[in-house]
Amino acid sequence: MPRRWRTGVLLVLLLIAPGLVACGGDEEETLQVLAAASLTEAYTALARDYEFDHPGVEVELQFGSSTDLAETLADDAPGDVLATADERSMQIAVDAGVTASEPQVFALNELVIVTARGNPDRIRSLEDLDGVDWVRCADDVPCGRVALTLLDAAEVTAEPVSLEVDVKATLEKVASGEADAGLVYASDAVSASSAVDSVPIEGSAAVPAVYYVAPLAQAADTELAEAWIALVGSAAGDVALNNAGFTSR
Amino acid sequence: MKDPLGRPPALLLIPAALATALLVVPLAAMVVATDWAGLPEQLRSEPLRQALWLSLTTATTAALVCLVLGLPLAWVLARLDFRFRGVLRALVVVPLVLPPVVAGVALRTTFGRRGLLGEPILEVTGFSFPFTTWGVVLSHVFVSLPFVVIAVEGAFRASGREYDAAAATLGASRWTTFRRVTVPLALPGIIAGAVLGWARALGEFGATITFNGNYPGTTQVMPNLIYVTRQSDQEAALALSLVMLVVSVGVLLALRDRWLGGI
Repeated sequence: MPRRWRTGVLLVLLLIAPGLVACGGDEEETLQVLAAASLTEAYTALARDYEFDHPGVEVELQFGSSTDLAETLADDAPGDVLATADERSMQIAVDAGVTASEPQVFALNELVIVTARGNPDRIRSLEDLDGVDWVRCADDVPCGRVALTLLDAAEVTAEPVSLEVDVKATLEKVASGEADAGLVYASDAVSASSAVDSVPIEGSAAVPAVYYVAPLAQAADTELAEAWIALVGSAAGDVALNNAGFTSR
Repeated sequence: MKDPLGRPPALLLIPAALATALLVVPLAAMVVATDWAGLPEQLRSEPLRQALWLSLTTATTAALVCLVLGLPLAWVLARLDFRFRGVLRALVVVPLVLPPVVAGVALRTTFGRRGLLGEPILEVTGFSFPFTTWGVVLSHVFVSLPFVVIAVEGAFRASGREYDAAAATLGASRWTTFRRVTVPLALPGIIAGAVLGWARALGEFGATITFNGNYPGTTQVMPNLIYVTRQSDQEAALALSLVMLVVSVGVLLALRDRWLGGI
């Protein structure tokens, strides 16, 4: 075989090999959970509990923007459970008829200020954002709407240097040191506690992000999907959620 | 009209038609799905005008910077013989295959406030790239430069070394030859390369949003605006996408008549 061909064949093999392996007899059941990005730590911990309680079931977690997840589901993407960080995205899924039963509130998340470790700019409240390079979510995304409400209530006029596309991007700007401060959820501050300090915002408990979870109509095994929702609402679920910075319901 | 070479084989025509459909149908679908009634209102919106203007100016600046830096590099690759030329070319092409987000991370590691070069620059001048329009231009240049260099290098090679040699025998210095012979001969290719770089910069999203953030008027270019708008208003995002499509196609067509035989 000419050398060029050999390389080509090798490349093709490399490309299809993962597919071939995945096709190999895998009798395990999977539960596909689509969840808001902020749930990454809490749901990853809960997935381990779930797999322990349900031998032979593999939990496949997919994290992303709530709106994106709801919309991909409305476009027939596969999934068994949907958990969103706001009511609006859950409503997209409900309106598309992909949920199997009434969505339930399972957690609340408050906005906090994050700063570099040690809070070098001594930020204590929203007023202190004046004069530093700070970031928040864009007006159109849920964390941005909450931020706007709080900033308006505190009559803060300081302008951010950037309106980030989602809360993780906002957090990352502070964690990487590009911005001095940012408005993110308490859960995000916990997930990055090695890189950022968190400062509570007065009144933010009154305007929390409300997290909804619902089983999906297309779930292959409805019981498995319901079991996930039961776990999230259980005492173990509370522990995982509280550890991750949420207020459980 | 009968082609003396015979009928074109279906084995080529069918995939060619599929390729065309693959490229054109999604764009057509977008045009069809757009809410035309709401379009004029979208066009008048301040964020759109700001973002469009910023996109056009940063992409154009980036294309010019790419020419100033890329032309010499393309010449080095096309005309000088040295040991590590292959390695150099490979390095130049790397950003082409990088996911844009990785490009953004790489830029931050270099030019961020705590970056390799960013930190000393900030200390000495008080200036840092992130969250500024210059930062947007920087990320545009980073992602576009490989396109420009490769296109221009190709043009230099295609125009042939013999003319350079002829100029040298007539006593021209290498700089004069570059200026009066090499560049004029390769001009169509150079312009095509610059336009390619411009188009790449106009569509750049990942590196910009990772490295520069998103703020109306300073760093919010069209792709950022479309991405953020899409989170809350699909209709508006579609309308904005259409504007982007019309502008890009318009510029390419306008240039095509005058300059770009090849595009």
